[in-house]
Amino acid sequence: MEAKVAHDWRLRGQRYRLEGEVCEHCGAKIFPPRDICPHCHQPARKPQTFSGKGEVYTFSTVQSPPQGFERYVPYTVALVKLEEGPVVTAQLTDVAPQDVKIGMPVEMVTRRLYTQNDESTITYGYKFRPVLR
Amino acid sequence: MREVAIIGIGQTPVGEHWTTSLRHLAFEAARNALRDANVDKVDAIYVGNMLSGEITGQEHLGALVADFLGLSGVEALKIEAACASGSAAVRVGTMAVASGMADIVLAMGVEKMTDTSGRETTAALAMAADAEYEVSQGVSFVALNALLMRRYMYEYGWQHRDFANFAVNAHTNGMNNPNAMFRFPVTPEAYERSPIISSPVGLLDASPVCDGAAAVILAPAEYARTLSPAPVLIKGSAIATAPLAIHDRPDPLVLEAAVLSAQRAYKMAGITPADVDFFELHDAFAIMAALSLEAAGFAERGKGVQMALDGEITREGRLPISTMGGLKARGHPVGATGVYQIVEAALQLRGLAGENQLARARLGMTQNIGGSGATIITHILESLA
Ligand SMILES: [Zn+2]
Repeated sequence: MEAKVAHDWRLRGQRYRLEGEVCEHCGAKIFPPRDICPHCHQPARKPQTFSGKGEVYTFSTVQSPPQGFERYVPYTVALVKLEEGPVVTAQLTDVAPQDVKIGMPVEMVTRRLYTQNDESTITYGYKFRPVLR
Repeated sequence: MREVAIIGIGQTPVGEHWTTSLRHLAFEAARNALRDANVDKVDAIYVGNMLSGEITGQEHLGALVADFLGLSGVEALKIEAACASGSAAVRVGTMAVASGMADIVLAMGVEKMTDTSGRETTAALAMAADAEYEVSQGVSFVALNALLMRRYMYEYGWQHRDFANFAVNAHTNGMNNPNAMFRFPVTPEAYERSPIISSPVGLLDASPVCDGAAAVILAPAEYARTLSPAPVLIKGSAIATAPLAIHDRPDPLVLEAAVLSAQRAYKMAGITPADVDFFELHDAFAIMAALSLEAAGFAERGKGVQMALDGEITREGRLPISTMGGLKARGHPVGATGVYQIVEAALQLRGLAGENQLARARLGMTQNIGGSGATIITHILESLA
């Protein structure tokens, strides 16, 4: 994958801080932000920053990656259910694939998502690691 | 609104067509369908395709196909709905004929996937998912299906080997289809031993990357009998959508767009699931076959796999599926797949399915899934012969 500067800049709030929205009509927490509440379909534009705490809903370890992710194989992707409600698709990090379990508590960290080669711009974003005790 | 019928069908063999370009694949399938319908002119052409821009560097397929068929001047468009592009083209063609704005329509699908490396094709297929919030995380299309399969196994207690009969059945049926990519049997043991590509999904869970094109000719049903000796009525036709990303769906294990499109198609056709004689479903992955059976009302939640285990999906079973090999064995040339399903269902309804001919094939259903379930298109077909 190649970094796209304006695109990555637009997503900085979501990628670095998990910025979403809260619906003022029904109270639903929304990530990623979408301006219309998916639960009550009313406008929802009030910002909400998520705690980054959640648990693994499901996961898969990728052996056959799309172009741009070859250098990271094998890596584990997951759906993480945040404690505020929404589900996020993200990689797991700091954990061996065989140690991942559904229901495992995880927390958001900022890590390198991809870079095209050693000289090119690095795209950073959220990944999730097992909660440190 | 007029009733619409299929008066001609055509296809190319599915496979790695190193010597045939996108335009020539499209030409071959379209010409076969025009000959089968015994027509040489159409009012409109709708070409289903997902990846031509990304893989062949070619968009604007409507004009290209019209030109290479010698039909330049005609209305022609490319229709895109990820892996559901093919049946989306049939749906659009059906609306054109039903509305009275066109009489004879060529609706087709074409995909050329083998001109790029496996990694490039994998990246292109991922474009069906959410670019900003799924693909940027390194999620392949296989991985999305793997996420669903793992959760399904966890919630309902199934083992990976319990899904084996989806692959076994597809390959059994593909063996007798001269247009299928894979014409060899698969055993449950081979399924279990196949290499993992994105855990828990193994190679034999997944449909192959390939090239192919398929086409149908549509006409008003009232004239269909005079135009064709064996017309097939499009009794139901419906598209429904769900959130693009799996993480945005309230319940990822329910294909909500399949529920909606099946219900709409049943209502339009005036039937219930019990009336369906066979089901060409979207077995791009074994988990999708299970979820599709559940969403369309053939199995209860979590019980789609049980139908495979009990042999209900074979040609002799309660609800034969993938009767010409399905996506798993016939192959999954993505934007053409939905039209292959409809062409194969028409073969069954016409009694021309060869060794795979079902004893009872009066009412058939097809279901084509775009992405991980965001666009799902259901058609219900009935023999008019
Ligand atoms: Zn709301």
